[in-house]
Amino acid sequence: MSENKEAGTAGRVWMSIGFIFAFAAGAYAEYLGFFTFVKENPEEIWELFLDHCQLVGIASSIAILIGVPMGIFLTRGFMRRYRDMILNILGICQTVPSIAVIAIAMTYVGIGKTPAIIALVIYGLLPIIRNTVAGLANVSSVLLDAGSGMGMTPGQLLFRVEIPNAMYIILTGIRTSVVIGVGTAALSFLVGGGGMGDLIFTGIALVDPGYMMAGAVPTAGLAVFLNWIFGCIEKWIVSPGLVYE
Amino acid sequence: MIELERVTKIYPGSEVPAVDSVNLNIAEGDICILIGSSGCGKTTLMRMMNRLEPITSGFIRIGGESIMDKDVTALRRSIGYAIQQIGLFPHMTVYDNIATVPHLLGWDKKRIDERVDELLNMVQLPPDIFRFRYPRELSGGQAQRIGVTRAMATDPPVMLMDEPFGAIDPINREVLQDEFLKIQEKLKKTIVFVTHDIHEAIKMGDKIALLDAGQLVQYGTPEELLTQPKNRFVKDFVGADRALKRLNLLKVRDAMLTNPTHCHGEDPSETILEHMIENELSYLLVADREDNLKGYVNLEELQGHHGNVRDVVRPMTLTVKPEQNLKDALSKMLSYDLGIVVAMDDDGKIAGVLNSRTLVSVVGETYDERGGHWGRITTKGRII
Amino acid sequence: MEVYQFLVQNWAETLKLAWQHAWVVAIAVAIAIATGVPIGIWITFNRKAADIVLYLAGIMMTIPSIALFGIMIPILSMIGYGVGVVPAIVALVLYSQLPIIRNTYAAIKNVDPNIIDAGLGMGMTRMQVLFKVQVPMALSVIFAGVRVAVVMSIGIGAIAAYIGAGGLGHYIFMGISQTYDTMIQAGALTVAIMAIVVDYVFGLIENRLVSKGLREG
Repeated sequence: MSENKEAGTAGRVWMSIGFIFAFAAGAYAEYLGFFTFVKENPEEIWELFLDHCQLVGIASSIAILIGVPMGIFLTRGFMRRYRDMILNILGICQTVPSIAVIAIAMTYVGIGKTPAIIALVIYGLLPIIRNTVAGLANVSSVLLDAGSGMGMTPGQLLFRVEIPNAMYIILTGIRTSVVIGVGTAALSFLVGGGGMGDLIFTGIALVDPGYMMAGAVPTAGLAVFLNWIFGCIEKWIVSPGLVYE
Repeated sequence: MIELERVTKIYPGSEVPAVDSVNLNIAEGDICILIGSSGCGKTTLMRMMNRLEPITSGFIRIGGESIMDKDVTALRRSIGYAIQQIGLFPHMTVYDNIATVPHLLGWDKKRIDERVDELLNMVQLPPDIFRFRYPRELSGGQAQRIGVTRAMATDPPVMLMDEPFGAIDPINREVLQDEFLKIQEKLKKTIVFVTHDIHEAIKMGDKIALLDAGQLVQYGTPEELLTQPKNRFVKDFVGADRALKRLNLLKVRDAMLTNPTHCHGEDPSETILEHMIENELSYLLVADREDNLKGYVNLEELQGHHGNVRDVVRPMTLTVKPEQNLKDALSKMLSYDLGIVVAMDDDGKIAGVLNSRTLVSVVGETYDERGGHWGRITTKGRII
Repeated sequence: MEVYQFLVQNWAETLKLAWQHAWVVAIAVAIAIATGVPIGIWITFNRKAADIVLYLAGIMMTIPSIALFGIMIPILSMIGYGVGVVPAIVALVLYSQLPIIRNTYAAIKNVDPNIIDAGLGMGMTRMQVLFKVQVPMALSVIFAGVRVAVVMSIGIGAIAAYIGAGGLGHYIFMGISQTYDTMIQAGALTVAIMAIVVDYVFGLIENRLVSKGLREG
């Protein structure tokens, strides 16, 4: 009883701290001219925001469509012995900074949306492939034995046993990829790919906090929002029989 | 039902065969135990029967048909398969797990529903409680039951079981074994059962195939393995206490002396006393006219007593059933410090008596008719 | 090839930028370790705090780095450090918190309760168990968190060049504004190499940190 009460109090304290913090942030943003700027240029911001979403959407879709099948391919029998090696190489690739990938893509493809999308796809592929491979490799061989012992074909084994059991890890990879994509897409302004980076980089260059925050805040918000959405999707898709901390 | 002919398995890159030219004939409705120490090839041999392991040479026929002539997935779907690690699919409910093969075979939903409920009832897991649980919500014993149930889903005539009770604690294992035997008594499936536990083998098996280094060393009933081990290896494997293990196989009925000497409640005490002194008995069984056991009388209390035996009869504290196995009977006798125990059948009639001497002789295979401190046991039937 | 020539010709400047880059990352991660490890240890004693801290650190990670730099500038301008090394370090410290706190927390929590029991049973105090048993056993995992933080910081540090923090990212931004491909490639390549090499070296150290008794094979 007393414990409950304590928890209630703690919750209220956190809530009030949150409110005060949000209020302070709001007041500060007002002081910097964030709201004024947003009120004056809603269309421009909205257009860039859609632009940003489009970049992330296209790139992520391509990355998922290539990454998941590739991850499945890499775990099939004949490739299995190369699996650790492939995972290691992917791990090394993932350490390459995003800005380096974008910059190099630009020097080969030129400026515009194309190099931006290419860079986003390449950068987004890694977590997806990596997690798909790791997720499928993680499926206990006992389940595979039980499945084939009961007469499942390799295809049935893949779709009914392997993928459902690997789903959580695969979705985590996709989530990571998309969230990183939102941040990386902000850099695509540098190669002429548009997006919210336009407001952020220009704002920083012009030393105009209102301008800059009109880009930074929605970008951060989009990333947090997508992260949350994917959390919900995970809960919805992954079987409740599987528990993860 | 299952015939193995010169079945051999050589793993690629290995010189020594894992299974070496094994011939085996498993009769319909039998539980055939494949036993041996780890690495003897027992699991490999079993896994060849549903082609989870490719056969290097030799033939396996199930129901007269070579397994190589069948489509591999169709073959596997027609054979029940249960393994030690259970391998329940964690993302599926109990229902979906059991329904796996029916689903693959395209049964309609109603038929699957009925079958799942039937099976859950059979293993005493109420469907309403367990149907939609996930494997993580089951105890070890429950999961194991579901694993076996899943293998039986389509009522396959043949089942392969790889140490299905291996991961369970000893007490629950006994329970599951008993349960399984009870089910098998009704269903009469042909079962290939892999284990490394000789006790389990003796208890569960109709036939035992003992393997060593890929070769079949001896194939026979548990009784044969215990009493006529083919060689030193078999002897060592079944254990120095193989005589004791026979106790598991034998029933009280096999060792009891039937028609023991007894008297009636209405008999006059003097006559009975006389008879007991004459035959050096210190105790005597008492029954009524229909041979229903009433108890026993002892010598001291009869001395100087006038009247009927009925007045001094003492109730029997412990009896056994003819169907009980000897091991249980012996452990009862030991824990109550009795030299002799009466076997009583279900309707209360005297079936026979079991004494420690005959028990020892049964184990030692030499029979002797002398009793313990009950004095000499005679089986002449009723006195007077 | 051109990149190679570029780097040879500008080796002094490249080294200077690399040094700057490493320096910013080193300071940020050092601060992140000094704060993250104690926080990670502290939250192992308090489930509620653990949930909140890990959640906030997780949110932090999702915020794009350039957006965070942007948000940081006006705030730090108030104390006179709007651009340059300071906002870069602050941002890197914030980003590095999650991997370090998360790994510290997980590693310490992961120590077999039986071992802790054994320690307490032998008469160790709770603190002695923590520092003589749990932390040594958790060391390599904590270090793995540090490794992730460092590699990530190298990447984000490159972007910090835009707010005047220097480092190898300078080549990339300069190259872009001057449309000088070789310079862009030089910057991207050196940053990538730096990240890969540091990751590899830290990987070796991580393996050595595993107590001999805990190593496999």
